[in-house]
Amino acid sequence: MDGKEILKGINLEVKPGEVHAIMGPNGSGKSTLSAVLAGNGRFTVTDGEATFNGKNLLEMAPEDRAREGLFLSFQYPVEIPGVSMVNFMKTAVNEHRKYQGLEPMSAGDFLKMLRDKKQVVEIDDRLTSRSVNEGFSGGEKKKNEIFQMAMLEPKLSILDETDSGLDIDALRIVANGVNKLKNANNATIVITHYQRLLDYIVPDVVHILYNGLIVKTGGKELALELEAKGYDWIKEAVKV
Amino acid sequence: MSESIDSNTMKYKLINLYQQNRASILEGLPENMNRYRDAAIRDFDRMGIPEKGEEKYKYTDLMWAFGKTYGYAFKAHTINVDSSTLFQCAVPDLDTHTLILENGWFYERNNEHAALPKEIVACSIREASVTHAELFAKHYNQQAQEHPESVSVFNTAFAQDGMFLYIPDGFVMGKPIQIINLLRGNNPLLVNQRNLIVAGKNSQAKVIVCDHTLSHQNFLSNTVTEVFVDEQAVFDYYNIQNQHNQSSQVASLYIYQKKGSNTLTNTLTLHGGFVRNNVFVKLAEEHAEAHVYGLSLIDGKQHVDNYTFIDHAVPNCLSNEMYKNILDDDATGAFNGRILVRKDAQKTRAYQSNKNICLTPTARFFTKPQLEIYADDVKCSHGATVGQINEEAQFYLQSRGIGGREARMMLMYAFAYEVIRNIRVPVLVERYGELVERRLRGELSRCEGCFVHCN
Repeated sequence: MDGKEILKGINLEVKPGEVHAIMGPNGSGKSTLSAVLAGNGRFTVTDGEATFNGKNLLEMAPEDRAREGLFLSFQYPVEIPGVSMVNFMKTAVNEHRKYQGLEPMSAGDFLKMLRDKKQVVEIDDRLTSRSVNEGFSGGEKKKNEIFQMAMLEPKLSILDETDSGLDIDALRIVANGVNKLKNANNATIVITHYQRLLDYIVPDVVHILYNGLIVKTGGKELALELEAKGYDWIKEAVKV
Repeated sequence: MSESIDSNTMKYKLINLYQQNRASILEGLPENMNRYRDAAIRDFDRMGIPEKGEEKYKYTDLMWAFGKTYGYAFKAHTINVDSSTLFQCAVPDLDTHTLILENGWFYERNNEHAALPKEIVACSIREASVTHAELFAKHYNQQAQEHPESVSVFNTAFAQDGMFLYIPDGFVMGKPIQIINLLRGNNPLLVNQRNLIVAGKNSQAKVIVCDHTLSHQNFLSNTVTEVFVDEQAVFDYYNIQNQHNQSSQVASLYIYQKKGSNTLTNTLTLHGGFVRNNVFVKLAEEHAEAHVYGLSLIDGKQHVDNYTFIDHAVPNCLSNEMYKNILDDDATGAFNGRILVRKDAQKTRAYQSNKNICLTPTARFFTKPQLEIYADDVKCSHGATVGQINEEAQFYLQSRGIGGREARMMLMYAFAYEVIRNIRVPVLVERYGELVERRLRGELSRCEGCFVHCN
């Protein structure tokens, strides 16, 4: 990005049904990784490959990645005044259906789906009748991300610091939502700075990202170790 | 039409035209319309056609519009076709009282079916100058005279016809009045349409003005509309500009507001090669409120320039102004928003916002807020931006599976919607939304709704 190399060595394999956590200190490249996978045009991939459903992910436009089943929960969801949540979701759902060769959803079916999915994250009716994220609190924005995830039923969800800025109640609601959506056919990558979220969303594998490299991979106990010792021992270990 | 002529030469040609035709210009019209003409042509001589770069025309070359050769009509033609059979409005299902003017002339025959309430006076300005002589004399040319503009004095000198509308005291219009201005003919034509609207005390009315062309000739419509809004009246003026892209339109709208009155103006520019809108609002008595909105969606080589002047002459008034433009291809545009808060106009609230999106590197927009505040206890704000589509927002939409083109469309629509949502006719909000969406998708033809199919 802008001639700066951010990600240098990532080797990651996520299978259906798995939850992976990626942890790392600030500036280690966590958010860049999620942005690159989702197709944010601000970043250029100079080397490497990413395969999703057997397809070359990096060659695809962001919308096609989404239609293939990739979902990114943004660390900072964008406010879009004038675009209503309902219209936004209706368009998104129908574009997914079109990609799958399905007819657009009827208004009745869509509204029923909207009501059902709102339950997942206990989202307020008011929020879905407003413009996308406009005037939402931090917690509402994150709930809204998980609500969208529920609507689009992705195969792979990347949750980019979904816990940042959330109080404990909102964190619990968001995590519960993610857990409810989990099944044997989808997978989740949880990106976080802190271990706390992983008390609620229990990972199968934990990776530590530092300075653009995955420097350590382990089970969920690795997260606890990090929480106890902080990131300094990783930084020290990498220097050696 | 490839002559190259400087504005000074053009001015003399036009003055000469006046002198040669003075008798026919004055013929059949009463003194209370004619008495301003000679002074107006002298003012025109003094002011000339402003050149590009002058204060109020910094980015707009009026010669694009005035430098061409046009025909003039100093007499009403006998019409042989009912205009309403030629044209159907592109704003469907709008329940309005519809009036049609052709080439600036109000023909009785076109307007027999408007079914206006009997209290309302809606007629040709020629007729009103005689039948409502007192009312006419009291308001005609009063505001235009206060702000002598080259294009307005030119209109005053030549004006032959236009629309007169009177809403009596206390009368509340149920349905909006729609005025459709059609330009058509086999030859280039310059039309100096002159309108006068008087909204009586405590009255309420909404007027929708649609400007269209029905044939491919070069047209220049140089319109002056004066609106007098009496105490406590509520008046809305929506203008949809959709002339063809070789035509030029200069529209000067003057609004004078009495105590406690409330106005809303909204200018929507869809098509038209050269468009200059002047909006003058004078908040002449306390507790008056003016909402001034504008939206243009232009492409190709279109040029749109909005000039507004809000005069806070007395304390305790509110003005709220929002203009937005989306420019594609090589389109250019300008906004100049002058707000004057006079010395004693304390407790004034005046807000102005101008936001613009240039979709291509060759589209250009120039914006100039101009606030002159001579009172010390006021709330005034202004903001102006020129930018592109928000890439972060576009990526956000795309990341949910919405295609790039569709995502841009949604964002442009959302940008425009901020202006549209202020419309005070609920059904018109929807219709505007549809028009804007079709315009953004390139689906709205300027000839839509026309039965002539001249192309």
